[in-house]
Amino acid sequence: MKALLKQREFWLLAVIVGAVWLVSLRSPSFIQLPSLANIFNDTSILIMLALGQMVVILTRSIDLSMAANLALSGMVVALLNVALPGLPIPVLVLVAALFGTLLGSINGVLVWKLNIPPIVVTLGTLTIYRGLIFVIAGGSWVNAHQMTDAFKALPRADLGGITVLSWFAIVAVGLFYVLMTRTSLGRSFYATGINPTAATYVGIDVGRTRFIAFCVSGLVSGVAGYLWIARYAVAYVDVAGGFELTIIAACVIGGVSIAGGIGTVAGAVLGALFLGVVNNALPVVNISPFWQMAISGLAILLAVIFNARIERKRGRIILKQAEHAA
Amino acid sequence: MNEHTSIDAAVPRHIPDRLGSPLRARLLSWEMLLLAVAVAIFVANSFASPYFLNAWSLSDLTFNFTEKALIALAMALLIISGEIDLSVASIIALCSTFMGLAAQYGVGTPGLVAIGIGTGLLCGAFNGFLVTRLGLPSIVVTIGTMSLFRGVSYIILGDGVFKGYPASFGYFGQGYVFWVISFELALFLAAAALYYFLLHRTSFGRRIFAIGNNHVAAQFSGLRVGRIKFMLFCLTGLMSGIAAVLLTSRLGSTRPAIAQGWELEVITMVVLGGVNILGGAGGILGVVLAAFIMGLMTFGLGLLNVPGIVMSIFTGTLLIVVIALPILFRRLRNRRHARLA
Repeated sequence: MKALLKQREFWLLAVIVGAVWLVSLRSPSFIQLPSLANIFNDTSILIMLALGQMVVILTRSIDLSMAANLALSGMVVALLNVALPGLPIPVLVLVAALFGTLLGSINGVLVWKLNIPPIVVTLGTLTIYRGLIFVIAGGSWVNAHQMTDAFKALPRADLGGITVLSWFAIVAVGLFYVLMTRTSLGRSFYATGINPTAATYVGIDVGRTRFIAFCVSGLVSGVAGYLWIARYAVAYVDVAGGFELTIIAACVIGGVSIAGGIGTVAGAVLGALFLGVVNNALPVVNISPFWQMAISGLAILLAVIFNARIERKRGRIILKQAEHAA
Repeated sequence: MNEHTSIDAAVPRHIPDRLGSPLRARLLSWEMLLLAVAVAIFVANSFASPYFLNAWSLSDLTFNFTEKALIALAMALLIISGEIDLSVASIIALCSTFMGLAAQYGVGTPGLVAIGIGTGLLCGAFNGFLVTRLGLPSIVVTIGTMSLFRGVSYIILGDGVFKGYPASFGYFGQGYVFWVISFELALFLAAAALYYFLLHRTSFGRRIFAIGNNHVAAQFSGLRVGRIKFMLFCLTGLMSGIAAVLLTSRLGSTRPAIAQGWELEVITMVVLGGVNILGGAGGILGVVLAAFIMGLMTFGLGLLNVPGIVMSIFTGTLLIVVIALPILFRRLRNRRHARLA
């Protein structure tokens, strides 16, 4: 099983490296370090969000509200920045993180305490959070000239050759790796997803684990909210509209099973990077960016077909034996 | 329903069509709750705005939801069977794009309708094939085809727009059958009656419930689970194609961003209508009522100049509250029972 999992990520990596190499035949500068760093920078936010979503999906849940959470948290810190320009940026990042966690915990409580299916809960909160952006901003935009320079500068700042934004993603990958492989909480995410009943028997509170997963995805969305708004220097209602599905796409391409319990940090990161490479490669090879959506759709379908071939076996065999017995 | 008559006489002849009365009472009360909400919103609207209680106003408000509600009818069946289709809005985009493309080559109105509905059917069949033949989870498949279908629209259209539909094509989205009854509304009511019959009065409908409650048991009982699910995906695609014809006809133009975000509204409608998102339970009446509630609310808030995005707060809250309330009530009742016992 472990070998298979490794194989899947290996193949994904091979596809990404192959794609980069093919593009570089057309445009040699594509494979050079500045260009690759640029792709990583562009994909940083998606990587962070995909990791948060992975934790939720592992527990047999789904968080459709991440992009709305991102946009709302981003708007909150943008307004805070306009109202109190003196507030130091780390405080704003903290506020974004806490606010995002709060929004995530609302999802979590509804799933945990009321047992409402996560897809319904987050479908509801997705529309509520989007609506709240309009309400708190009074329908107006927060534009670049209203934000302080320090607010906009942080994600772009250079630290050891790469941007602070990239560092956020790298630190997130490190933290998630430790969380998922080295802590009992990380293992309980897997246990909850693979077999909730068994997880309950070994003393894992399945509902609470899901709640924590939603808090994690909320935390990530909140931080990503600040980074997104600061990077693009504009906050409005439709920031990251439809991005929730891109996040899920990154997870699926990375081999995270929508049925829960299967998925790795490396997979989610590679899934996000794959989408990032595609987005950055299209203009280089002179394909209209309008192809981007169809290509990621196709990639999702191929990834699911590929994943299913690995995951399927057990259930099918049981059914076949039962059929023979009958 | 009639398959019971062939069973040996030793078996009690009368096997109820529905489960015991508590469930039925609950379903009934759910629809009653929806009806009460609808009436409350209706009354509130007529107090809030002097322009509301007017046959033409009421007729206009149905345009808010008929297209989405048509898809919701088929989506309800699909969700009851335990699957879901997130690609419906993208199917609309693709159908509309193909119709626009055909219109550029001078295809007439009947041809355009056939292309729109046919494209929808094919898209649904594609989803159904991937889910039932390849055994993939429908939520992921349709997230993929959601990108794929709309992506093809973007490839064909880019940032352009298709216009120049024949004049007679405008009837479907703008025409009236009789007085204030629009073609869209008439079609929706007819479709609702048809789906009610299909789900609640035919063995096909019973099979959908059986599959949604326990698809393994349904398979062992000899139901062709895969085939039925495939048909439901085709049906959802077909309804999306019909919705695409109506919407394109109403707008008179096609852009790739057409009907963006509708999938979530359609699903909200279905869930609000009392269909269990996990499959196995639900009814058409609830979905129809939910469609009217959402239409009434959107229109009423629109009359009060509440922006559309703020309405989404109401929709989202309504969705969660309507799901949460019965759960809370049940829990309270259980607690009281426990205390009495």
